[in-house]
Amino acid sequence: MLAQRRLERRPKSRPLLDRAILGPAILDSFKKLNPRAMARNPVMFIVEVGAAVTTLFLIRDLARHAPAGFDFAISAWLWFTVLFANLAEAMAEGRGKAQADALRRTKTETTARKVDGDRFTIVAANSLRKGDIVRIDAGEIIPADGDVIAGAATVDESAITGESAPVVRESGGDRSAVTGGTRVLSDSITVRVTANPGESFLDRMIALVEGAQRQKTPNEIALSILLSGLTIVFLIAVATLLPFSIYSGERQTVTVLIALLVCLIPTTIGGLLSAIGIAGMDRVMQRNVLAMSGRAVEAAGDVDTLLLDKTGTITLGARQAVEFITAEGIEQLEASRIAFYSSLSDETPEGRSIVALAERNGVSKEDALPDGATFVPFSAYTRMSGVDFGGTSIRKGAPDSILAWVRENGGDAQTNLAPDVERIARAGGTPLLLARNTQIVGVIHLKDILKPNMRDRFARLRAMGIRTVMITGDNPLTAAAIAGESGVDDFLAEATPETKMDLIKREQQAGRLVAMTGDGTNDAPALAQADVGVAMNSGTQAAKEAANMVDLDSDPTKLIEVVEIGKQLLMTRGALTTFSIANDVAKYFAILPAMFAAAYPAMNALNIMRLSTPQSAILSAIIFNALIIVALIPLALRGVDYKPRGANAVLRKNVLLYGLGGIIVPFIGIKIIDVILAVLHLT
Amino acid sequence: MLKHFGIALRLTVVSIAIFGFVYPFAMTGLSQAVFPYQAGGVFVKDAHGSIVGSEIIGQSWHEPYYFHGRPSAAGKNGYDPTSTGGTNLAPTSKKLIDATKSAIAALKKENPDATLSVPMDLVTSSASGIDPDISPAAAYYQVPRVAKARGISVRKLTTLVQGAVRERTWRFLGEPRVNVLALNLALDRVAPVSGVRAHLRR
Amino acid sequence: MTTAGWLQFAAFFIIIIALTKPLGSYMARVFEGERTWLSPVFAPVERFIYRLSGVRADEEMPWHVYALAMLAFSAVSLAWIYLVLRTQQWLPFNPQHFPNLAPDLAWNTAISFTTNTNWQFYSGESTMSYFSQMAALAWHNFVSAGVGIAISVAVIRGVARTTTKTIGNFWVDLTRCCLYLLLPICVIGTLVLVMQGVPQNFNAYHTVKTVEGAAQTITGGPMASQEVIKELGTNGGGFVNANSASPNENPTPFSNLFEMVMIFLIGASLTYMYGKMVKDTRQGWAIFAAMAIVFVAGFCIAYAFEGAGNPLIHQLGVNGPNMEGKECRLGVGASALFATVTTDTSCGAANSSHDSFMPLGGLVPLVNMQLGEVIFGGVGSGLYGMIVFVVLTVFIAGLMVGRTPEFLGKKIEKREVQFAILAILVTPVLVLIPSAIASVKHDALATLGNAGPHGLSEILYAFSSTNANNGSAFGGLGSNFFWNIATGVNMFFGRFAVAIPALALAGALAGKKAVAPGIGTFTTNSTIFVVLLVGTILIVGALTFFPADALGPIVEHLLMLQGKTF
Repeated sequence: MLAQRRLERRPKSRPLLDRAILGPAILDSFKKLNPRAMARNPVMFIVEVGAAVTTLFLIRDLARHAPAGFDFAISAWLWFTVLFANLAEAMAEGRGKAQADALRRTKTETTARKVDGDRFTIVAANSLRKGDIVRIDAGEIIPADGDVIAGAATVDESAITGESAPVVRESGGDRSAVTGGTRVLSDSITVRVTANPGESFLDRMIALVEGAQRQKTPNEIALSILLSGLTIVFLIAVATLLPFSIYSGERQTVTVLIALLVCLIPTTIGGLLSAIGIAGMDRVMQRNVLAMSGRAVEAAGDVDTLLLDKTGTITLGARQAVEFITAEGIEQLEASRIAFYSSLSDETPEGRSIVALAERNGVSKEDALPDGATFVPFSAYTRMSGVDFGGTSIRKGAPDSILAWVRENGGDAQTNLAPDVERIARAGGTPLLLARNTQIVGVIHLKDILKPNMRDRFARLRAMGIRTVMITGDNPLTAAAIAGESGVDDFLAEATPETKMDLIKREQQAGRLVAMTGDGTNDAPALAQADVGVAMNSGTQAAKEAANMVDLDSDPTKLIEVVEIGKQLLMTRGALTTFSIANDVAKYFAILPAMFAAAYPAMNALNIMRLSTPQSAILSAIIFNALIIVALIPLALRGVDYKPRGANAVLRKNVLLYGLGGIIVPFIGIKIIDVILAVLHLT
Repeated sequence: MLKHFGIALRLTVVSIAIFGFVYPFAMTGLSQAVFPYQAGGVFVKDAHGSIVGSEIIGQSWHEPYYFHGRPSAAGKNGYDPTSTGGTNLAPTSKKLIDATKSAIAALKKENPDATLSVPMDLVTSSASGIDPDISPAAAYYQVPRVAKARGISVRKLTTLVQGAVRERTWRFLGEPRVNVLALNLALDRVAPVSGVRAHLRR
Repeated sequence: MTTAGWLQFAAFFIIIIALTKPLGSYMARVFEGERTWLSPVFAPVERFIYRLSGVRADEEMPWHVYALAMLAFSAVSLAWIYLVLRTQQWLPFNPQHFPNLAPDLAWNTAISFTTNTNWQFYSGESTMSYFSQMAALAWHNFVSAGVGIAISVAVIRGVARTTTKTIGNFWVDLTRCCLYLLLPICVIGTLVLVMQGVPQNFNAYHTVKTVEGAAQTITGGPMASQEVIKELGTNGGGFVNANSASPNENPTPFSNLFEMVMIFLIGASLTYMYGKMVKDTRQGWAIFAAMAIVFVAGFCIAYAFEGAGNPLIHQLGVNGPNMEGKECRLGVGASALFATVTTDTSCGAANSSHDSFMPLGGLVPLVNMQLGEVIFGGVGSGLYGMIVFVVLTVFIAGLMVGRTPEFLGKKIEKREVQFAILAILVTPVLVLIPSAIASVKHDALATLGNAGPHGLSEILYAFSSTNANNGSAFGGLGSNFFWNIATGVNMFFGRFAVAIPALALAGALAGKKAVAPGIGTFTTNSTIFVVLLVGTILIVGALTFFPADALGPIVEHLLMLQGKTF
């Protein structure tokens, strides 16, 4: 029970402007000019068509030896606009690809020992099919995803999770799943293969991060419809301007109309939309969480209720020794010393805490073990650990295991400690029996230790409007104590898979979206029922199949971060849509007076930016429109700043920043570009 | 589909009966009973008892001894209730500016003794073309001319006009105004122009 | 601008605010089928109507059946009105012996009244028999208003209901609306208007000898009963050409105030009814507030420019506000207010000549219509148009709080956005495209009343008005075959191309389950939401129409300042 170690999260952060990514991304942004690919994004497709049409007009003008400087500039900047949008997408994809490449490197070709009745046959790993049974010994690579059906072993899963500490995989129970590409460190296991080649966890992970299976999420589709609708509105507004301009006595050129159109249609959000989605997935990935779809990340943003397992989420998985209760006739110091010996070699946090407690009880540090002592490490089989020296054996472990061991040694398994064991268990603690040879010495009380800062995190969640519910097998009294101490909103005590399921359904019926974490096979139905289910990578295959996210670090608190990323993703879309639309106000003021400068000089009253010439005005607007996409790539990839607050507070801030800002920024930007163009005599 | 067309047809017939016939006829009966004068059309009679128009409908005035109404675009000669409407000229219309110019010139020619500045409403057309009113300023503007034509004192006439001014309803609804027909009928009662009326009426 | 003018505006708006809640509550009872204090009178009539028409009152309809019934009724009523106008010379109540209408004008007028537009390419006083006025036009004023209100009630049900397929019964909504809502108010309203001097008779026109001896034909007819439903149902089709500028239709400043109240009354009360039906009256008041902001802003602009007057006339030495095309008893204050009110709603009645408004004063009615007439709006059509904007606002702004956008707990997803966008697209398509065609088409330009930028304004105004089913006009524009057909088509699609997506949206929303609200959810009854809703309406409208309007009223204003005329 102590083997499950968890490291603190360790995001694999990558700088935004990674040279290794930028190079190929630039190349990709040209490849993406292929109209068939562009057509997936109606807004940018219109820009590309516009760029192509202006180029044709440019060629015509050049052939006629007409002055074409202005048309050239417009056409060039339209192409840049398309390329910049492509670059954003390529960069987002590039970050995923880099991760996929790293994963692919771990996918080494290997062989497998296939169990065929009583015999082994050596086959290539990629020939294994679902249902095949293989045996893996210490030092070997696990050839495919599967479930351990016999044996127990420690496995190095760092290839997948990046975590160096080995984990235990054993048959039965909730830690039976193994992943292809990981390495067995000790013991040997027999595994039933659960994935065909190409469908393995690693394969799926590579495909996901590469975006090969990327589909538009529901919200992305809805937003695309909105953007397409706006594009049609502007298409009509600009196309009808041609007859209106004829009526007004100054017929507009197609190039100028296209320039106006591109400025008006929501190119900023249109160009960055897919990058935002890919980057959102990527941010989840950087936290070592594998989202099975973009939809899952989006849904995380909508979560109303978080179901959190007590152990590992609210309390440290590792518990701390707080007292030794001695059996009849054993001195406290004596018991402490025995506990001290039992744990000297135990490097788990629990073990260290026992040593520390023993020292506080007066056991001297110098009380070293005699030479020749052999340590008995914890194993998944024995579920106890200890030490043997000079004919003395000391063990500590789960009560039933220790009792069985004592009985095996011929001792009396009867103990008056049973009430204490029960009391500790009931108080939410973990009792460890301590035995020497045939004698039960005492009980070590391991107590749950709350994770630091959890109270703050729950407050943050509350501020976001998310309710937290602690799930625990503890009795209601203990659960209430821990819930009160940790600051969760509610708890479900003496939880069983069934009560957990009921709770989820109840919440959903009340119209709430529920997220939960789980790892056991019996969590699978609940994981499937929950709107967002995050399975621990340490969990069973069934749990992973049922969930829509897998946390490779097996850290349940990550759920909170995933929720924040989901929210950030939606906010980034909303913010950039608002910004994009708000931008149009300034563009109208730049371009319209310029268009009708000859027919209606009076319209210069609308040229409130005082742009130098009509041509410079139009060009400045189109350049601003292109550059703003580049300027916002970092924001699209990183997501907008997010602080957990109530909806109205968040809204007010974002409306001010992206709505009002979206109106003001282009006025300043276009003016600056105009001044630069004028200084450089470019118009 | 057919069912709904059937209902539509039947409901159309039923609703025409109620809202197309029962309602207006019932309202007419009720109105005639409660407000016979208004429901009939607000007709006014002159001193001789003959109907000379509707109090709420403006009419054309040309004689110098009557107060004049506003320019009218209703019908060929103006003030035609069967052809109501305004000029619908834009504020930047050359036609409007020219028409206003000539209206100002004509007004100044008619009122050589006018001391007040030209009132806006006397040189612009109303929306209905049968506006029964003018602004008090427009009435005062015409006082010297009418007084001279009738041979009464400006002071007496001014007092008469003052009495004819209808203030805003509840002090803030609409604008102060003078009903031209009512003013002129009052004028005829107070200071008849002998002979002229009879001549005009034959 | 005068203090009295501002007081008049304030009094008007206070009356509207005061009436919104009581009438809104009453309407909620009417449309939820509850008993009202008028039930003893009307319940037997209602049952009788259902029996005669074959309506099963307890039948609930899914959105497409509701839409079908609505279309069937509109088709039948369209046919009826066309028939009457084409045969009126043989029908009774025609003391002036007016002839039948030409096919294109009859078609235009039939669509005009069916769609609650009441665009009039004719002068009522010299075209329409009393039979046509009553049995075709005034009747239609009731039922086309009833259709609009029924649709809005259905859309509200879609918003309010959860996980259901049905949104009410069209026949019941229509009947109850006309009977319990429109009729009682019209009875009272007729008497008020008659008291003020609006005629209500069946007399032939009366020719009198005027004081100066000229002949003058004074019109009559059942005007008051038609006038009141014209305003209450935001129809706007005048008995006479000058509409509410005519002293016959609108004789006093009080009748003017009364008519304006009638125009806003139902549109405003619908917001409260909406709040009642979604079980949160603050939702209704939020929409009311958004409408109020745009209304007040519009009036202030119009009043400022009309009050300031025409500088080109000031140069001639005549000072004062812009009285061209305005009535003395009403003045610029009441005219600017009426123009704002009539175009905020889809009424289109006019007490002044909008064509002669100052360029930017006239821009206000134009923009009001281009925004889709959601500022209190046409009876019914205003609210369902507004709900479309609410959905759009919720979608864009809702994303910014970091959740899938929700409207009253219902997730706004692909289908909802699709229908909302469809409804929003109608206005640019139906205003800009035909305007563009007309602006370069000879026969279209032939009937313009004014040249230069104002001519373009007349074109834009015509299509903005017909699309929005308003019916007011820059009256200088004359009719011909092109205009009859083009505006007819425009009115048709302006009505149904918005109503059907709105009903579809309601159907989609009705089927959804509602998510419980929390502090993390976007609320649609907060101040910030009101600001955003107004922002969305203005930005969508402005971005769509700024180029066109810039070449019309805006440049006309700038040129006027330079002393240019056309």
